[in-house]
Amino acid sequence: MSEPTLTETPQQADRATTIYEKSVPGRRAAQLPPLGEGVEETPLDQLIPAHLLREEPAGLPEISEPEIIRHYNRLSRRNFDLDTGFYPLGSCTMKYNPRLNERVAALPGHAKLHPATDPADAQGALQLMYLLQESLAEITGLPTVSLQPSAGSQGELAGLLLTRAYHADRGRNPSKVLTPDTAHGTNPASVTMAGYEVVKVATNEQGGVDVEDLKAKIDDDVACLMLTNPNTLGVFDENIAEIASLVHETGALLYYDGANLNAIMGQARPGDMGFDIVHVNLHKSFSQPHGGGGPGAGPIAVSERVEPFIPRPQVVRIEGGEEEFYDLDYDRPKSIGRLRGFQGNFGVFVRSLAYILSLGGDGLSEASRLAVLNANYLKSRMSEGRSGKYLPVAFDRHCMHEFVLSGAPMKKELGLKTLDLAKRLLDFGFHPPTVYFPLLVDEALMVEPVETEAKEHLDAFAEAIEKILEEAEGDPAIAQNAPYTTPVRRLDEVAATRNPRIRQA
Amino acid sequence: MAGYTPATDREQAEMLAQVGVDSIEELFAQIPEEVRLDRPLNLPDGMSESEVYRFLAGLADTNLDAERIPSFLGAGMYDHYVPAIVEAIISRSEFLTPYTPYQPEVSQGGLQVMFEFQTAMSEITGLPVSNAGLYEGPSAAASAAYLAMGQTRRTGLVASRGLHPHSRETLATHAVGFGATLTEVGLEDGLTSGEELEAAVTDETAAVFLQNPNFLGAVEDIAALGEAVKAKGALLIVQVDPMTLGILRPPGECGADIAFGEGQPLGNRLDFGGPSFGFFCAKEEYIRKMPGRIAGETEDVDGRRGFVLALQTREQHIRREKATSNICTAQALNALAGMVHLAWLGKQGFVELGELMARRTAYARQVIGSLDGYELLHDAPVVREFAVRSDRAVEELLPLGDESEGPAPRLPVYPLGRDYPEYEDSFLVAITENRSVDEIGWLAHMLEHGQAGWGEHIHEHDEAGNPVAGAAQ
Repeated sequence: MSEPTLTETPQQADRATTIYEKSVPGRRAAQLPPLGEGVEETPLDQLIPAHLLREEPAGLPEISEPEIIRHYNRLSRRNFDLDTGFYPLGSCTMKYNPRLNERVAALPGHAKLHPATDPADAQGALQLMYLLQESLAEITGLPTVSLQPSAGSQGELAGLLLTRAYHADRGRNPSKVLTPDTAHGTNPASVTMAGYEVVKVATNEQGGVDVEDLKAKIDDDVACLMLTNPNTLGVFDENIAEIASLVHETGALLYYDGANLNAIMGQARPGDMGFDIVHVNLHKSFSQPHGGGGPGAGPIAVSERVEPFIPRPQVVRIEGGEEEFYDLDYDRPKSIGRLRGFQGNFGVFVRSLAYILSLGGDGLSEASRLAVLNANYLKSRMSEGRSGKYLPVAFDRHCMHEFVLSGAPMKKELGLKTLDLAKRLLDFGFHPPTVYFPLLVDEALMVEPVETEAKEHLDAFAEAIEKILEEAEGDPAIAQNAPYTTPVRRLDEVAATRNPRIRQA
Repeated sequence: MAGYTPATDREQAEMLAQVGVDSIEELFAQIPEEVRLDRPLNLPDGMSESEVYRFLAGLADTNLDAERIPSFLGAGMYDHYVPAIVEAIISRSEFLTPYTPYQPEVSQGGLQVMFEFQTAMSEITGLPVSNAGLYEGPSAAASAAYLAMGQTRRTGLVASRGLHPHSRETLATHAVGFGATLTEVGLEDGLTSGEELEAAVTDETAAVFLQNPNFLGAVEDIAALGEAVKAKGALLIVQVDPMTLGILRPPGECGADIAFGEGQPLGNRLDFGGPSFGFFCAKEEYIRKMPGRIAGETEDVDGRRGFVLALQTREQHIRREKATSNICTAQALNALAGMVHLAWLGKQGFVELGELMARRTAYARQVIGSLDGYELLHDAPVVREFAVRSDRAVEELLPLGDESEGPAPRLPVYPLGRDYPEYEDSFLVAITENRSVDEIGWLAHMLEHGQAGWGEHIHEHDEAGNPVAGAAQ
């Protein structure tokens, strides 16, 4: 076994130093305005009793402004990002983030608007929210949208609390929620937080819900079934109409996890499939930048029978007199209440509406069509040659916007785990696909190439995989010890959990 | 339609040939006819970039933002001056466009920021453990309740009425799912009633929620109130305004088990309410029960220092239904903005800003409290926000102009009536370093004299979006 000979890159030689370690006593950046005429420099303990005051300043860094900029610019270069390279992270919809959206979100009328501004002075903001509500209602095929949830998982929790309120209103108190074994981890976590018991439903040979298993598990103690369609295998569940009627017959609701909405915009709508509650990830299908892990937003769309329970306040348009007026409606007696402060992640709403207006109805539909074309093209490319041999598609049929490969043959024949392949891809300048998800596929790789990626990037990705596999046929140790060129190499994650050091000593 | 999709007709044809189908339509054949949308989406046609800009700029222009009128609105979100470097740093593609750092080797920038942020939040709250951020303030209250209930195996939650009304309502919403009961404790002269608190805390109480300064702006004696909480074995959970922690005794020194709060004052825009970030700090013993992402320090195979997501076994993507929280996407970019702002303020500036707010607020409180027809709602000490009672109905004193031709702009203070029927005649006034003595004078004038002359403090924007001072409405 040969270890490739490597020298340290300059970035690797530049060891991580925190901003606290760069602190020099006496340095500073901020200059604050003077107190102002007439304001006295009263000793603090004459304003607030001494025992309620801090004795020692908090341990923040002492650093000049140029040093702050340099520190964070250097840190930024230790990140891989979507603007720089292909990022086919399955289920995350890493599509281009238009810069126009950043520009309009930064307008003072948006960015500097206080959330408690009286509706009379925030008509533009409320109208913007109303337009987004209406747009998402049309895209999801459901009549009412609440923008309040902060992200997908909060949308899920909102949906489950709506489910609880809906049943309670009918004098029912079912205790279980069904989720397929392919579900995102947030689904079962949200179910528990909403006080329900998770019951898993099996997946059939086509990657859809096993209808027989569903029949066996659905009864009047089931509050709802949570589905992602297309599911996390990138497959559209053809039995959706039958599933919907099975669920509704028992009085349960049908919940749609909108993580994969990017596959079907303008093609099919969850509302038309029979879903009662849908959450939409604005940071996936609607181009809000992911920010290294947020912010996002997770609006929910609901059917008429669930509408009375949606969070408050709700943006409403009041017709009357000569002009329409947009208002915040708090008077919703059956509402589940609030999931968070104020009205939601408005800055995300601005970006998403800008995106929807830019594309229009046709453009959204075209985006989904091209996302599906890109996924099928890349899947086809990867079903050839070595990737076809070592990385077979988990469910071999046309996919929607993403597809799942199994690295099991690669592991068996080359001794390469999916993780090794992912790490070697980093040396080739690609962000790896999602790995080890969904759980039911051994050594899974989930690839979502999105519509904003050009064909040449898909080709280059397929070629890189081919190259890595070829290389591994000769010497698997190369990938097993990858990456080599990244700012740091493979990190000890076990130690970080066993003996957590989570702050500067 | 925007040009965000590169595939030309020719490329599409090549790709279809590779796939072995004649049209994209064939790929959608797996969606059964009965659920296919058989018409175009009923949305407007796509617009050019300049048209979208003009439309949204037009909407923005109808909002009375804090650059157009001196805003004394607070209630958890404040008009602070955000230094220019914050925008410069968070606009970088390398921070703006990656996903959650699941591949640490190419995410060291974001992970180190989390580590630095956790350290800063630990320092300002005086608690040893911090996560990398949550969605925002009030939902962090729900996360804290979930932790406390799991820790104590109890179901009672007690909240002071000084806790932000949005936090209380968020707790009530989640309590239904958690199977918790929520009890409120009243205020007396602006402060949480110690007597009522003692009566409310029982052996069934999982946690008590206080806020400092509380919603009426009053600085609470958290350590004293906490004694009754500790005596019953409940967790003491305190919502704090991070910008006051330069001068206030941190919750960790007052016996708090958990401190959380709204991070907007640190480096984040008002944005009509979000996105911002929430923070969540706790005692060491809760480290494995924390919600959200946590970055930890480790080493790579060559011994280089590096950072990873630590303690992932708490999280939903590993632990599923047994996770400590359902959070996935949170607020990394907003937490970065907070970290940069804190670094800019630095050890001394953070204290100075607290002192500046306390002194200017004392001045404003004195000026407004002595106006005819107004009095202070309470005399408790404050840092940056205070409550005022009016002889007139609040709704009556807010309109800045004649309303015969439609609604007039509102005086930007926070009416308490919706959240506190008992204070229907009162409002909050918030002060930041952005509110000058002049503007405080203007507020006093408006409160005393009503509508006359209000326009001189409302500004227009020029084409670049900069405020044009003095241009009357």
